[in-house]
Amino acid sequence: MRALFEPGFFASTPVRTALVVGAIVALASGVIGVLTVIRSQSFSGHALGDVGTVGGSAAFLANVSPLWGFLGIAVLASGTMELFGVERRRGRDVATGVVLGAALGLSALLLYFDTTSTSTSGAAVTILFGSLFTVSSDLLPALAGLGGGVLGAVLVMYRPLLLSSVSSELAAANGLPVRFLGVAFLVMTGIGVSLSALAVGTILSTALLIGPAAAALRLTRRPGRAMLAAGASGLAATWLGILLAYDSFYWPPARKGWPVSFFVVALVLVFYVGSGSLSSARSRRARGTT
Amino acid sequence: MARPGRRLLLADAVSTCPPGRHGEARAEVLALDGVDVWLSGRKVLSEVSFAIRAGEFTGVIGSNGAGKTTMFRVVLGLEAASSGQVLLDGESASHRSRRSIGYVPQKVVLEPDLPLRARDLVGLGLDAHKLGVPWPSRARRDAVDEMLAGVGATSLADARVGTLSGGELQRVLIAHALMSGPRLLILDEPLANLDIRSGQEIVELLAGLAHGHNVAVLMAAHDINPLLEVMDRVVYLAGGRAASGTVGEVVRPDVLSRLYGHPVSVLDVEGRILVIAGSNIQAVGTLEDDLGEHRH
Ligand SMILES: Nc1ncnc2c1ncn2[C@@H]1O[C@H](COP(=O)(O)OP(=O)(O)OP(=O)(O)O)[C@@H](O)[C@H]1O
Ligand SMILES: [Mg+2]
Repeated sequence: MRALFEPGFFASTPVRTALVVGAIVALASGVIGVLTVIRSQSFSGHALGDVGTVGGSAAFLANVSPLWGFLGIAVLASGTMELFGVERRRGRDVATGVVLGAALGLSALLLYFDTTSTSTSGAAVTILFGSLFTVSSDLLPALAGLGGGVLGAVLVMYRPLLLSSVSSELAAANGLPVRFLGVAFLVMTGIGVSLSALAVGTILSTALLIGPAAAALRLTRRPGRAMLAAGASGLAATWLGILLAYDSFYWPPARKGWPVSFFVVALVLVFYVGSGSLSSARSRRARGTT
Repeated sequence: MARPGRRLLLADAVSTCPPGRHGEARAEVLALDGVDVWLSGRKVLSEVSFAIRAGEFTGVIGSNGAGKTTMFRVVLGLEAASSGQVLLDGESASHRSRRSIGYVPQKVVLEPDLPLRARDLVGLGLDAHKLGVPWPSRARRDAVDEMLAGVGATSLADARVGTLSGGELQRVLIAHALMSGPRLLILDEPLANLDIRSGQEIVELLAGLAHGHNVAVLMAAHDINPLLEVMDRVVYLAGGRAASGTVGEVVRPDVLSRLYGHPVSVLDVEGRILVIAGSNIQAVGTLEDDLGEHRH
């Protein structure tokens, strides 16, 4: 225990901030992620993360937190994707691809400006790969508000969102506003992805959105439980990741700590693989007994 | 709230259906009056008019592309009629009144790994429009169980919906549609992809709902034969137009020839009805071909 929790772990402000941010991000991502997977919108989710790079790099130039850049661009991009026609699956993928391509091109330029303006590669690395330890504690209220807002919105619209995610035909037949729900969900995804981009960077943000959700869907056949399980495993991955990153300060080669994003995403992958073995072991057992 | 499923589905039927007065006196649950529908510059339905009453089983018969799905979408308000009107319980259909229609769509694609059990889907039929998380309650659980039992799907309750077979899913979707206690149940080709036996079971289930529980059942099919025994009324769609009445009134050479716009014959072969093009019923070759086609 002593060896695991390096002295000063809980006393360090960046660590405490990281733990709180990680928790908010993991819970929001888990809940949104389950619905994203049910809707087969992983590609849109991934794209919303990637386009965040534009916003992040612009925010860096403007000297504000990348969070605001991620958010602004994600909401803008989800609106554009909707305009191009997200409700038809093919239209959605095409629209997503178009927006994604344009945004990544622009990011290349902005990241170039970022690095020339500071003459380091720090901006690019922070935006693309994130670091929980660099999140300022000033952002905590905003993060809590956004994360809480997304969670609250999902809870309030739980049943309409669930049915429209399962089948838009059935939802329409039940008189639900399918199109509104689609846009609302896309905006929520944008917010969720921005939060996770802040934690693990724009490139890895989908890993935190989709990974825990995909693992949870293998283990349970109930939507509510899947959300809880995804939130819990995301939380475990971020917290353990923070702990390992803190410990890695004394690891080779540089003795300055491995990136926390690496640990988080690696743990997400471990959980995903683990859930696969768990569910196949379970179905083997079920077959054996009946 | 005491056992919504039972209250809405079973009890109403008894009180609104006085014994000995079958048919005429019942109120019109759904009426279409001169409905025209244009889609992408094409007239898909023209002058469609008919009415159905509580406790009636109505078959909507038409070949592929005849406009069955389009007509249902208009009734549900998912597609707009360019003229004519849709009446529910005698009043112009509104968003609110349409909510009380139970609908089983033609195509419901559910992935096998969806984290949703049959009982969850049926439960959503009761309260999908409500806000907030559904708290597990005794009443809700009982209502779902009872409905699943009613459609013969008790053993499927805990299966993932995406893993159900065509016939099993059809039952679960019917249970989902019935949860809100609709007086009108619309099903779009529920027999497609079902083998003959499952098809018969579904038809019997639906006939029981109509005749035993006073639900107006409106069901699309491209083959009239599986429905002959139970159908009170038929709406025959062809070329965008509709003819409706009892089977005897509608499925006749003169009526159908007018509907199709060219001569057709109606043959009765050992209790099965065959509608074939042409007025020359001596054409044995055609008859044989048609029989082959229908027998699969
Ligand atoms: N959105 C649309 N735009 C243009 N035409 C359409 C549209 N939807 C349907 N149609 C056309 O309207 C006609 C009726 O289609 P509909 O789906 O109602 O037929 P159906 O009777 O349900 O056929 P099936 O038995 O194959 O399900 C078809 O010719 C179809 O091509
Ligand atoms: Mg159809």
